[in-house]
Amino acid sequence: MALGLGTAAVVLVVLLWELVRPAVAGNLARAREAFSQRRGASPMDGYDPGRERRAEQRARELLRSCVSQEDWEMYRDLGLLRVLGPVGSEPDGQPAPYAYLIYPHKPIVAYVPETGELLSEYCVAFPDETRPYGSPRLPDSDDVLAKWMALVGDERGLIGEANMHLPGRQVDPEQAGRDLLRIERWERRRAGLPPVQPTGSVRAA
Amino acid sequence: MKLLRMKPGHGEIVLAEGDVEVPEQELELIEAFRRQLDEGMWAAVPTQSSAGRRDAEMVKSFSEVPRDADRVIFFPRAAGGAPLDS
Repeated sequence: MALGLGTAAVVLVVLLWELVRPAVAGNLARAREAFSQRRGASPMDGYDPGRERRAEQRARELLRSCVSQEDWEMYRDLGLLRVLGPVGSEPDGQPAPYAYLIYPHKPIVAYVPETGELLSEYCVAFPDETRPYGSPRLPDSDDVLAKWMALVGDERGLIGEANMHLPGRQVDPEQAGRDLLRIERWERRRAGLPPVQPTGSVRAA
Repeated sequence: MKLLRMKPGHGEIVLAEGDVEVPEQELELIEAFRRQLDEGMWAAVPTQSSAGRRDAEMVKSFSEVPRDADRVIFFPRAAGGAPLDS
């Protein structure tokens, strides 16, 4: 009796397994495929820190060879570039009516140099969709140089391509304000002037 | 004259190099220039004035490149909108 019941149970289990096996195998295959796709889409896949460091070093040298010595030193020391507007005009002794801050892989920030008032952010990127190493992102200094060349070469064209937003969308206004103070201090130090305490605060428009 | 292109994960690469006064070499430069424009690249020529002022010119054809330019830099065309996590 027990032997019969046991045999029946084994047969039942085998039959049930045969019934569910295709569904289980299909689910496993789909799970494996989804996992491998997720791995393939990972932004870190193929990331080589040594290669990226060498790329950034080349990009820094290229940037250095294109911008003025003062701009290069500002970028080297502060990690950003400033372009006074209107772009292309010769200095006439008057304060620039507006200026831009160029950060790597962040929007260009327009502001009023005299007051520090932030005007707007221009979101722009230079994605290389050939993705030679899996990422469309240029090295930081290439991104800065691309923005600089496009801005000084065709200010209207670049601003026309960019998405304009109010200050604070991606660049923290407090950070931008601190950067303006850092530029001011950096320029005084470079000019051999004594540091001064800031009298005003930066505010968004 | 050198034609350079910015590349992710690499920095700039030299696409072509030649003397614009040598017809065969100029032709090679023109062809390389056109290929980059066909791929959607923007082209800029870094310049320096006699007073030392650094500038850049955006160019849309090889004929716009100053004959005495020592390099043209290609980079991907601008797309509005930078990633929020950048």
